[in-house]
Order: sequence, then C-alpha cells, then structure tokens
Amino acid sequence: MSRHTVDDLQAIADAIVAMAEPGEQIEANVARSRETDIRVYNGDLEHFVSAQSQGISVRVIKDGRTGSSHAGTLDEVAWREVLAEARENATLGSVDEWAGLAEPDGVAIVEQELWDDTLDAFDTAKKIEIAKELERAAVGADPRVRIDDSNYSDGATEEAFATTMGIRSSGRSNSCYASVSVMADDAGETQTGWAYALGKNPAEFDLGKAGVEAANKATGLLGAVKPPSKRTTVVLDPMVTAQFLGIIGSTLNGESVVKGRSLFANRLGEAVASPLITLVDDPTDSRAYTASEIDSEGLAARRNVLIKDGVLQMFVHSSYSARRAGTKSTGNAVGGGVGCLALQLTPGTKTQEELIADIEEGVLIQSVQGLHSGVNPISGDFSTGASGVMIRNGKVAEPIREFTIASTLQRMLLDVLAIGNDVDWLPMRAAGVSMVIADVTMSGA
Amino acid sequence: MSLIDLSHEFDSSVLSRVLAKGRSTGAGFSEVFIEDKRSMGASLDDGLVEQVSSGRDSGAGIRVINGETTGFAYTADLSEAGLLAAAGAAAAAASSGDGGTHTVSLGTAKRHPVNTVRIAPQSVPKARKVELLMIANDAARGIDSSIVQVSAGYSDATRRILIANSDGVFATDEQVRTIFRVSAVANGDAGMQTGYDSLGHTIGFELFEEENINELAERAARQAVTKLRARPAPSGALQVVIKCGSGGVLFHEACGHGLEADLVARGASVYANRVGDQVASPLVTLVDDGTMSREWGAIGIDDEGHESQRNVLIKDGVLTDYMWDHIRAGKEGRAPSGNGRRQSYEHLPMVRMTNTFVLNGKEEPDDIVRATEYGVYVAKLGGGQVNTASGDFVFGMTEAYLIENGQITEPLRESNLIGNGPQVLSDIDMLGNDFAMGNPGMCGKDGQGVPVGDGQPTLRVKSLTIGGTAA
Repeated sequence: MSRHTVDDLQAIADAIVAMAEPGEQIEANVARSRETDIRVYNGDLEHFVSAQSQGISVRVIKDGRTGSSHAGTLDEVAWREVLAEARENATLGSVDEWAGLAEPDGVAIVEQELWDDTLDAFDTAKKIEIAKELERAAVGADPRVRIDDSNYSDGATEEAFATTMGIRSSGRSNSCYASVSVMADDAGETQTGWAYALGKNPAEFDLGKAGVEAANKATGLLGAVKPPSKRTTVVLDPMVTAQFLGIIGSTLNGESVVKGRSLFANRLGEAVASPLITLVDDPTDSRAYTASEIDSEGLAARRNVLIKDGVLQMFVHSSYSARRAGTKSTGNAVGGGVGCLALQLTPGTKTQEELIADIEEGVLIQSVQGLHSGVNPISGDFSTGASGVMIRNGKVAEPIREFTIASTLQRMLLDVLAIGNDVDWLPMRAAGVSMVIADVTMSGA
Repeated sequence: MSLIDLSHEFDSSVLSRVLAKGRSTGAGFSEVFIEDKRSMGASLDDGLVEQVSSGRDSGAGIRVINGETTGFAYTADLSEAGLLAAAGAAAAAASSGDGGTHTVSLGTAKRHPVNTVRIAPQSVPKARKVELLMIANDAARGIDSSIVQVSAGYSDATRRILIANSDGVFATDEQVRTIFRVSAVANGDAGMQTGYDSLGHTIGFELFEEENINELAERAARQAVTKLRARPAPSGALQVVIKCGSGGVLFHEACGHGLEADLVARGASVYANRVGDQVASPLVTLVDDGTMSREWGAIGIDDEGHESQRNVLIKDGVLTDYMWDHIRAGKEGRAPSGNGRRQSYEHLPMVRMTNTFVLNGKEEPDDIVRATEYGVYVAKLGGGQVNTASGDFVFGMTEAYLIENGQITEPLRESNLIGNGPQVLSDIDMLGNDFAMGNPGMCGKDGQGVPVGDGQPTLRVKSLTIGGTAA
C-alpha cells in the first residue's frame, strides 16, 4: 500500500497513537468504505444499496493487559471516547506477560495491485445492466432453469494504521463481483445452482460462462438419488478442496498450538500428509484473491511453506503467539488472532477428467453443506453433507444428493491419492484444485 | 458514552422531511430505520482474561420502495443533513422519474413489552462481568484433570431502534441481550475432544442471578470428558431420538426457512403453495413467537416497526401460514406477521424467524428411548444449513449416544446428520411432554445474522441419515 496514501485517515491514526502515555502501547485502525449492492429479479431491479461507512478501532496494552474499543464515526469526540474506553478496558484484563504489539521486523512489503481505476469510475447504470445480463445468461442456458437472484456488488476501502512501535501505513483497495443463483425444475423436483464472475473490474467478467455454470449445476442435480452407504474414493471439486484447506489451515495456527488446541502440535518434521501435499500460505502471490501486503499487525505478508512433500514444516504466528512459542511472527496476524492468508497446494499434472479416468468406482463431490456443524478442527472429526456425481469405470455417472462424507482430518491428509492441475483462484483464503482422497465413508440410504 | 434517547432526539418533523425526501423521485413508500447500539464483551482463554472490548455502532438506513424496486442507503451521520443525504441516495436508487412531494403524519405504533430488563448491563461494573469468566474457567477445570483448555466469553448488547415510514408508522424499541459461552477441551489417549455450552436471554445482567455459571461451565467440561471415550458415529439411516431443548435447529432448518414468505414467493421453497396441506406428522404443531419474554429471539417490534406476534405455522401437521415482512405482506394484501428483521442499520430487512418451536406431545421422554431398539440419542445439536428449494438440510450433533435395546449406551464422536425437510417432518413418530427452549442461536441468511431461539420436546424421527464412519 506504499504508492497511495490516505492522509486524512493517517492523520487520525497518528493522532491517536501520539496520545500514548509512558508505558502504554497503542494501535489504531481507521477506515472509510463505500459499497454498491445490486440485485435483479426477472429483469427488474429488485434492490440497489448505496452506502458509506467508517470506523475507528483502538487497542491499548498497558502492564500486560489488553483493552480495545471501536466506534462507527471518525470525528475527534468519537475517537477520544474510543481511546478512553480502550484504556478503561485495559485495566480489566489479566496480566499476560506475552501481550504486546508487533515490533517492525525489517521484512520488505511485496507490493500488490489492490486498486483499479476502471472499477472506481464504472458507470452505475452499467452495473445494473451486468446483473441483468448475467440473469439472462443463466436463465437462457436451459429451459428448465429459472432465476433465484442475480447480483452485482462492489466495494472500496481506504485504511490507515499506526502503532506506538513505529509501524505506519495507509492505502486503498477495491473489488467487485457478480453472482447468480438459479433453480431448475423437473417432474416436481427443484435443484439449485450458483456461480459468480470475478475480475479487477466489471469489464473482465465472463458473464456468459458464469450463467451457464450456474444453470449446469442446477440441472445436473435433477434426478439425483440418495446413494447407499459405503467406503469409497472421492474427488473433491476445486471449490470443495479450497474449503477443506481452510480447515487444515486453522489446525496449523500457532496460537492453537501454544494453547494446546492443535491436532498437529509436536508433529513438526513428521509426515502428516501424503508426499503429494505441499501446502503454502502465500499472500504475496498476486494471483491469489486474498493477496495482501500486510497482516493485521502491520507486518509484511510473506510466503510460508507449511507442509512440504507431506512433512510438517511450521505453524503460522502473530507476534503474540510467536512470543509465547519462542519464535518470530510469520506475518499471519488476522483480526485479533492468527490465521492463514492465501493458501495454495502445489498442483499435480492431470486434469479432473484424467483423475476421474483413473477411478473404477467413486464419487465426484461438487458441493458440501454444514462444514461449520460437522467438522471439528480440534478433535479432527470430519463429517459433511454433500452432493455430486457417481464415478463408474473412470467416467461420471448418475447425480447423487442427500448424503454425507466422513473421515478425520488426519486421515484425509494421509489418504490423498492425487492432486489435479486445475488451480482455480477462488474468492476465498485458499485456492482450489481437484484432489482425490481414498477411504472416505459415504452415508446415504 | 450513553445511548441516545431516539424518540426525543428525532422529532417527527425531521423524520417527516426525511421520509418526504425519500419519496421525492416518485416512490410510494419510504422508511427510516435508526439504530444506536452499545456492546461490551470480554473473553478468557488459557486461564487469562485476554481482551476486554466495547463498541458503539449507530446510524440510519433509509429504504425507498418504488414498484418492484427498493433503493437503500445507510449512513453513520445522524444529523438531519446526513439523513437527508441518505434519503436522497436511496430515492435516486429507486427513481422512477415522476417526482412529487409527499408528506406524512406519524402515529405511534404498539410494541409488545418483551423486554423487562431489571439490571441494565451498562449499570454493572465491567470488572463484575470479567469475574464471571474466571468463575467459569475454575468450574470447568475442576471437573476432571483431562480438561486441558477452557475458553469463555461474556457479551452484552443494548440496541435502541426507531422506525418511521410513509405509511405513518412510528415505533421505537430497546432490545437488551446478554450471553455467556464456555468451551472446553479434554485430552485423552485417543486425542482431543471438545465441549460447549451457552446461555443467552433477551434480558440484562439479572441473567447471572437467575442462572448458574458454574453449572454451565461444568456441563461444557463434562461433555468434552464424556466424548474422550466416544466411538465413531454410525454411518447410514437410523432411528434418532432428540433430547428436549437441544433440537429446535432441526425445525429451523427442516421447515423454518422454507416458511419465510420471501423464499416462498420466489418458488424457492418446497413449502410453496402448500397451505392447508399435511406437511408434517399430525404430532407437530410449529410456532414462531417473537413475544416470548426473555427468549433469545424476543423482540418488542420487528425492524420494520411492527409489533411482534405469536404465529402458528403448522397445526397438527397441517401448514397454516408463512412468516411475512412488509414487502411480501403488502403484495398479498395482508398484515405483516412481525418477522421483518435486519442485522443492523446497514442492512435491508427481510423475512426472519424469531423464536421457533414445536409444542408438547404426550409421551414420557423415557418411554421414547425405551421404545427404540437401535438408534442414536442426540443430547446436543450444533448448527445446521438448509437448501430451501430442494429441502435437503444438515445439522451437526455435538453430543450424542448410541441407543441399544431401549437404553442409552456409549457416547459417539461428532458428525453431521442429513435429511430432507418434508420427509423428516412426516417421519416424526413420537413426541414428548417435556418441552424446553434450546441454546441461543445466530441465524444467517443472505449474509445477515440475527438472534433466534428454538425449542422442542424430546422427539423421535424414525429415519435420519447419520454421517459417521462406523459400519
């Protein structure tokens, strides 16, 4: 964020930090954002949301105690109150010898292109037209398809950050997407599908492709049956793999490790996954949707190899968890905690079709439901609702739905048989790629 | 930082001008939603009170409806100029170009007095709230030496809202919610297991005079310890008994969302065009009730200014009605049902549940277990998710046991269950007489979260697919 500065917000952040008293650490975040949210239904504009918001959040650490406060306005009365509240809150916590802000570590920021002028200047009427065109593309793809909703969204944020440790930065970012959700009906049965179009600005959207993808997802499930229960090999679609990697990432969180909540504590240097697995968290890769320049403590975001050829290499840390673990921050502070920023697996050489061709009987998992309710990253239990397609003799066969797939996170990592070459830079904190996993329990009829 | 007294701060002449501005581009309806929310939270982890935080969020959302189009703008600037600017933006967004001036006189709407707060959270020293965290930590760790980690969270929120619209509605409400959560990790030979419990009501700090934090923490810890000896859950379709007060989420997902009129109107619900039909076992009477004092989903008025109501959705298995908001009720020429809710002033209202529950049946709960040869007894359900168009839904079981020969036996590891809404509703074959409300929930829809309650007596579903790994 070094090329563009947001001077008025930086001035507020600096002013808050300048109020620090002896022995007091202060971190200030000041942001201003605007958003547009458009929904179209049956050719009509259903809603148009146009809004601006702003906010200040302050963290104060004194004598090993941490307090924070936030407010949704930028005026000086508000930020003085926020600082006073954060100070009061900091008298109430426990003394934690490891509490503290991040110290500058000299790691250079890898600049990212987070702002697009074309998007910033994009005409409002054309945004509505995009949502309408996407609706037409989806509904026109198949006579059995009707619309649920078609959407266009964009947002722009300016932010400034300052701490008493001397970290200062400001910058701006904007992004946009269009999404469509459809239903397909046949013989009294209804199935759903959705898809989105991404780009730095709307001119990069492939609306036709997104429309057809949503329609195909819905029509592909028509006539789906509930499969019998059995152990089987599954192929995860890139989106499902990305969701799975998000959970794996949470088990490699250094704060969970120091607090005794990680499955993989004490496993550094051991084979925790199939040798095919090399998992990297790399927010400096500009292809990643969540590419970023700094973490939430203001340290440079960086490339970290978490698992190499199946062997666990490291955990990700904020300055707090690093201090506790006797190591250095890996630039992975997220919100008030620790997290991976932009995960990716090293891809294999085969297309999804080629992966399927190698499988005599199995299931292609196209979507999962209930990851929040059936996966426990502490015990490792993994159970999720799913829909997809049966694989027979190396080819996709009938669609199936209303079943679950289950295993444990530990076993799934070890049971990976192959990874595809179809990397998809999804709008998530992990890139997707097809992945084949053996010996998963499918529960159905 | 004290809360704004909204009805004094915003006189009706200002609101009338803002509403008129909203209709200045020809819209038939305009609405001002003003919110002032104060929240406070504290969390404990690893034996330490890690962070105490507080926040203030206030602002206004202006909604303008012109034919099929809704324009919406929000702002944190609550001055008349700020409100007028937002109204202008919303009006432009919903513009039909024919202009005009519309004035309105505001009357005061009724509100259901559900919020009988005895001890306002702001009146309680923060240090007392923080103390509760240490009590929970000690209680959970005292249960067993296998407890290796405990975290606990306290939070309260006081939300004042004001709604005025061009139909003449003027309404205010204050909603106070207090919640406490405990989670525990136990470590044993076969790895770690987790336990969780929570307590939340639409009341103030008196929650902690009425309820016992020690017991809550002990339940969470015991759940984790019990699961250390859990075996993998079965895989496949089985009889499932769900303990009272733990399985309301089943109805929330199996049919609650499908009875929201916005989804029904889109034909995105398996329950569309089914009023008067038998959609569930005759044992089932399902109610959504925003008036239930103290409960987590209780509201005096909804976020469109309508008084909360008790709505019977399914009676003796027959679908009687859907839940409604302003837009959908208007299209049908009927009254709204008090279900128009939104997460905050930054969001558009839509049809949402409040407290959704199934009324008592006649069976003794013990008889339900005794009548079950082989199946699963679910003592605690986690979250869930539904596809309303197909009816397929999942929900997680966080504490469950095997039933063998009519007896509850071994604990089971966590897994999801999956079913299809209409099928599961008709498969309910036993219903207990021990109704209880469940844990406080946060329901997500279209990116917005709102607090909801649920409840049910002990019941049995004759076939549900358990997503475990054991043959």
